Amino acid sequence: MTHRVDALVDRLFRRSAGRMVSALTRLLGPAHLDLAEEVVQDALLRALETWPYRGVPDNPGGWLMRVARNRALDVVRRRATLRRLEPLLIEPDGDAVAAVTSPPDDELAMIFMCCHPSISAPSRVALTLKTVGGFSVAEIARAFLAKPAAIAQRLVRAKRQIGEGGIEVAWPVEDMAGRLESVLDVIYLMFNEGYAASQGTALIRDELCHEAIRLAGLLLETDTTARPETHALRALMLLHASRLGTRADAEGVPLLLHEQERDRWDRDMIARGLHHLERAAGGGRLTSYHIEAGIAACHATAPDYDHTDWRSIVRLYDGLLEINGSPVVRLNRAVAVGMKDGANAGLAALADVRDDAALAEYCLLPATAAEFHRRRGDRVAAVREYTRALALVRTEPERRFIERRLAGCRLLG
Amino acid sequence: MPKFLLLAVEDGQRFSDVSPAEMQAIIERYVAWTEEMRAAGQLLDSNKLQGGAGRRVARRGKEIVVRDGPFSETKEVIGGYWIVDAQSDEAVVALAKKSPHLDFGTLEIRQIEEL
Repeated sequence: MTHRVDALVDRLFRRSAGRMVSALTRLLGPAHLDLAEEVVQDALLRALETWPYRGVPDNPGGWLMRVARNRALDVVRRRATLRRLEPLLIEPDGDAVAAVTSPPDDELAMIFMCCHPSISAPSRVALTLKTVGGFSVAEIARAFLAKPAAIAQRLVRAKRQIGEGGIEVAWPVEDMAGRLESVLDVIYLMFNEGYAASQGTALIRDELCHEAIRLAGLLLETDTTARPETHALRALMLLHASRLGTRADAEGVPLLLHEQERDRWDRDMIARGLHHLERAAGGGRLTSYHIEAGIAACHATAPDYDHTDWRSIVRLYDGLLEINGSPVVRLNRAVAVGMKDGANAGLAALADVRDDAALAEYCLLPATAAEFHRRRGDRVAAVREYTRALALVRTEPERRFIERRLAGCRLLG
Repeated sequence: MPKFLLLAVEDGQRFSDVSPAEMQAIIERYVAWTEEMRAAGQLLDSNKLQGGAGRRVARRGKEIVVRDGPFSETKEVIGGYWIVDAQSDEAVVALAKKSPHLDFGTLEIRQIEEL
C-alpha cells in the first residue's frame, strides 16, 4: 500500500533547495557550488518523479537531503578529481536529517558568501536568490524583467568572482560590521526589485518580497546580526509589504496610496513592522532603513490619505536626504511637500529634480508634475505632463495607469 | 467492483528546467488527485517504476533473447501506475480525466480481469 500522503509545507521545495545548497556548499567548499546545485536539483527531480506515485514521505526535508547527499557521493566517487571530497560526505547515520533542521548557520554562511562586497552588486542579488532562496534562473529573470541568458551569465560571473576572490563560505565571518552592511543592502535591493510597482505585479515579484523579509528574519535570530539596522530594514519591508495585495486593481494597473483599500492592508504585518521599528531604536546610528521605515509607518498608521501625518513625513524625507540624496528620494519628498503645503509648493520642490539626468526616463516624474498641475486646476499643463509620462512607460500596467489619469484630466474639461 | 490499472506514460523529458516551487506545485496536484481517490476508497495501490528502459525477453526460434528496451520506437517510458476501483468504464475515464498527469504525458487504462 502507498504511503500516507500529507500536504507539503508551504514553499518546502524552495526552502529545502536553499538549505541543502547552503549545507553542501559549506561542507564541500565554495569551489563546488555548482556540484551542490546539481545534486540538489537531482534530489528535487527524484522527488518529483517518485512522490506522485509513492506519496510524500514522513520527513520530506530529510528525504531530500539524504538523496542529495547520496547523489553527491555518487558524483565525487565517479570523478577522480573530486575523490578527496568523499570523506566529507560520509558521516554517521542521521546527519543528513540533522543538516536540514540545524540552526541557520549554513544559510547565514551562504548569505554572507553571496553578498560578499567583492562580488559585483547586481550579481549578489541574483546569486542569493538562486542559491539561498531556491529560485530558478527563469524565475529570477521573470522578476527582474531580464532574459534568462543574462541572469545565467550574471551567475557565472559571480561564481568566477567567488573563486578569484578566494571568498569562503564560513560562519561567523570576520569584519562583521562591513559584511553585514553589504548583506542588508542586498536584502533591500531584493525587496525593492520585488516591490517596484512600475514593473507589474507578477506573483514571482511578491515572492521576492517575502524572501527578503525571511532573510532579514534569519539575521534577527542570531545575536551578531540582530542589529538595530536589521530590525529597521525588516520593519520597513513589513510595513510596505502589508500593502502588497492592494497595490493594483483586478487588471493589474497600479493604484496610488489614496486609491487603495486601506482596510485590506495586512494588519498583522503592520503590527510586526511597528514592533521591529521599536526594536530598531537605540542603535546610536540612524540609517536610511530607520527613516524609510518611519515614513512607511506614518502611512501604515494613518486613518486615510488626507489625514496622513505629512508634516512628519516631510521631516523624515529631509533627514533621508542627508544620508541619501538620490533623485528618487527628492521626488518622493516633493510629493509629501505637495500634500503638506499644497500643489504649488509641491511643484516648487519638484523643480529641484526636474532636470536630473537620472530621472530623464522615469515616467513617475512627469506623472507627479501632472498630478500637481491637475490639483492647481491647470488642465493643459496636466495633459502635457501626462502625455510626456506616457512616452516613458515601460510596462503595460504602467501605460494603463498613465492613460487612465490622462483620460480623467480630459474628461474634467 | 471492477479494478483498473492506470499506466502513466511519460515522454521522457517532461520535467526540464522546472524550478523548485514549480516542482512542489506539480507534486501537490498529484497528491490532491490521489488523495481524492483514496478518500473515496478507490485507490488500491500505486507505484513508481524504476527509470531506464527495462528489459524485453522473447523467444527467437529456439533461442530466448533478452534485450534492453526501449520496447517501441518512441522515447515513451512508463513512469508508474495506479490500481483503482471504479464502478464502470465511464467512471475510470472520469478519474483519468481529472489527473494532472495529462499535462505531462498520457494515461493508459486497462481493466483487470476478475476470475
